[in-house]
Amino acid sequence: MAHRKGVSTTLDTNGRWWFGMKPKHQRLVLALVAFVALIGAGFIAAAALKEEASYFYTPATMAKAKIEPGKAVRLGGMVQKGSIVRGADGVSITFIVQDRDATQKVAYRGITPDLFVEGSGVVADGRLRPDGVFVADSLLAKHDENYVPKELADIDMNTAEHTKDTLSK
Amino acid sequence: MIAETGLAALWLAAAMALLQLVGGLTLLRGEGKLTPLIKPAALVQGALCVVSFASLMWLFYVTDLSVLLVASNSHIDKPLIFKLAGTWGNHEGSMLLWVSVLSLSGAAIALLEKRIDTRTLNATLAVQAFVALGFFAFLLFSSNPFERLVPAPVEGAGLNPLLQDIGLAFHPPTLYIGYVGLSVAFSFAVAAMLTGQVGPAFARAMRPWVLGAWIFLTVGITAGSYWAYYELGWGGWWFWDPVENASLMPWLAATALLHSVSVLATRNALRAWTIMLALVAFAMSMAGTFLVRSGILTSVHAFAVDPERGSFILALMLMYTSLAFLVFATRIGTVKQGEPFQIVSREGGIVANNIFLSVILAIVLIGTLYPLAAETMGDKISVGPPYFNKATAPIALLLMVALLLGPMLRWRRDELKRHKYWLVGFFAISLWTGVAIWRFVPGVGVFPILGLALSLALAIAAWVPLKGRKLLRTPLPVFGMVVAHFGLAVSVFGMAAESGFSRETLTALAPGESAKVADWQVKLDDVRPVVGDNWVAIEGQLIARNGDKKFILRPQSRQFYRPEQQTSEAALLTRWNGQLYAVIAQPDENGDGRWQVRLWWKPFVTFIWFGGLLVALGGAISLLGRMFRRPKKPAVNKWAQA
Repeated sequence: MAHRKGVSTTLDTNGRWWFGMKPKHQRLVLALVAFVALIGAGFIAAAALKEEASYFYTPATMAKAKIEPGKAVRLGGMVQKGSIVRGADGVSITFIVQDRDATQKVAYRGITPDLFVEGSGVVADGRLRPDGVFVADSLLAKHDENYVPKELADIDMNTAEHTKDTLSK
Repeated sequence: MIAETGLAALWLAAAMALLQLVGGLTLLRGEGKLTPLIKPAALVQGALCVVSFASLMWLFYVTDLSVLLVASNSHIDKPLIFKLAGTWGNHEGSMLLWVSVLSLSGAAIALLEKRIDTRTLNATLAVQAFVALGFFAFLLFSSNPFERLVPAPVEGAGLNPLLQDIGLAFHPPTLYIGYVGLSVAFSFAVAAMLTGQVGPAFARAMRPWVLGAWIFLTVGITAGSYWAYYELGWGGWWFWDPVENASLMPWLAATALLHSVSVLATRNALRAWTIMLALVAFAMSMAGTFLVRSGILTSVHAFAVDPERGSFILALMLMYTSLAFLVFATRIGTVKQGEPFQIVSREGGIVANNIFLSVILAIVLIGTLYPLAAETMGDKISVGPPYFNKATAPIALLLMVALLLGPMLRWRRDELKRHKYWLVGFFAISLWTGVAIWRFVPGVGVFPILGLALSLALAIAAWVPLKGRKLLRTPLPVFGMVVAHFGLAVSVFGMAAESGFSRETLTALAPGESAKVADWQVKLDDVRPVVGDNWVAIEGQLIARNGDKKFILRPQSRQFYRPEQQTSEAALLTRWNGQLYAVIAQPDENGDGRWQVRLWWKPFVTFIWFGGLLVALGGAISLLGRMFRRPKKPAVNKWAQA
């Protein structure tokens, strides 16, 4: 470091520093500061998670759970055959997501993913509107055998497949 | 034959690592007979890994389909560059690359490191080999890249088209050099604790290695962000995807380490702290590898879904991390407290940097792991951008506030009143910018406003450390610091401008129709089919007008075969003050001849990546200064004191 004018560069190591702590306690103070900071990080994370972590639902669990409109959640299931309705503006769609026991209407505005087709799996990020329609911000479709959205891997596709005809009738 | 050569080289490399480790253990009881072998073994191990990796590359080059890995990840019709990049575009190949980088880092230490004493050097190499040994075992026992496939198929399965991109061909190696390079810091730290050499000399030896790894990480993250931006076609540049987080976490730790190691090297303070960060940084690299390679996460990057592999990496990570912390716990008592300093001092500023970075790191780590923890309790939860943005942005802004002042403070002790004009100046710039935006541009969030205000102040503050210096006599690392901090200001400016001022239009257009986004009038002129090497596409021709200027954009929607998949190729028009981003999708199924078109105007978005590259350039300038430091001549010192 270049020598500059102003403050004396010699240190009075016997002086009292750090809010009255002696220099030899500095390591302790630093460790405490770091510890408190990490606890603080934990609190920030916990608070933000409480508000922003989104739970995954299937139409059946969504029907049972009381979800506040406006709370971010995910919805996963099969796109019901014949349920995709395209809006007049060419970019809005509505469709119905189903599992074995229930259905949920979804509205989405945007470019749909490549493999978004009727009868295949989908995961939607979004929130419930007060009228009960699920408004999706983004859609994740089942891509291929090697890339299945994690949440859909557990849903028994065969069961959903076999019941969908009875449901759509 | 080539496959067998590669496999044999891998086994031999593992044997070399074992030899180094045994040599290292004898070192604990004083010099052993094996000690002189450690260094040559490290070099041979590196060379063998090169042979092994080159063998695999050759197999991909000739598309040897009798090798399982090639057959399931390549295809005879694939363009050459992607055949080669396919070497690391899969689980086994990327782990081989990982281990090769680890080995080569060890070889590089053996070859280049001249600053630390032989005992610590040998111990470092032994630790490095110990880490490598675990990952060799992982490759050989559960992820053998050279496994044969009988009978050989005729054409191969192909590579995920999202990964068939020139930027991505070089992205993983860059990132790997970065985060596996941090293993050097880890090995140095463990070795220095074992030999009792924690001090400025050790810090000076470790610093260039940390800096080197950090530069690669920075470039890798910047490039990865740009890749996601133009290749995914979603208009975003950071998705808080677990895989992105896996590269961000080691970067945060390495950035903190880079700063604290400077304190240790220059002022002989923050000893235990620096050691701890070195351990955490590589632990984060391993955690990242675990997250990406175990396949427990949904991502384009997660190749393998195999619980055995996941547990193997998890076991390795836990073993190395807990052993390292055990050494820390038992040996840290022998590390004496460093030199004291005042709160208001350069050291104090760096402590603030370290604390804020650690807090961000903890928040990202918790957010990334929480869904996994919740899943074991039976809850399916996802944690996305709203969490990360909300929780990290305030801390990042605090970090920027600290950065305004930190670099101009003196070592050991300083007084705020000495800098009162600067402080008032920065406050005035920030306040003026913030109020002006808030007053004249309605609807902008508080974080973008604060981000813009602070980045402008930082763009000036970054240069202050050069004030009063004779530029020709200023050491390169000071320039490096200035450039890196300025780069950060540029990048944050881009992020804030993009998140606060982007405009988006989503519409369906028939050829001849127009749409408006920000000041741009965009007309869909024509749509036609095009054919590529292994894909067919529809290509839209868009004519964008802004005033009298006219530009053509050609976004595509590609259909790949082998494997069958669609991708969007966004078209980007770059202006000095932002980018026009256009995506076209398959036709509207109502059959009225319209095409979905999505347009964004993203002001100053390119600053994000230019800033990132400037940060890396700053690191490179520093590294040059560290590597080719002019030896101190007594005459120069005398002159300086006069």
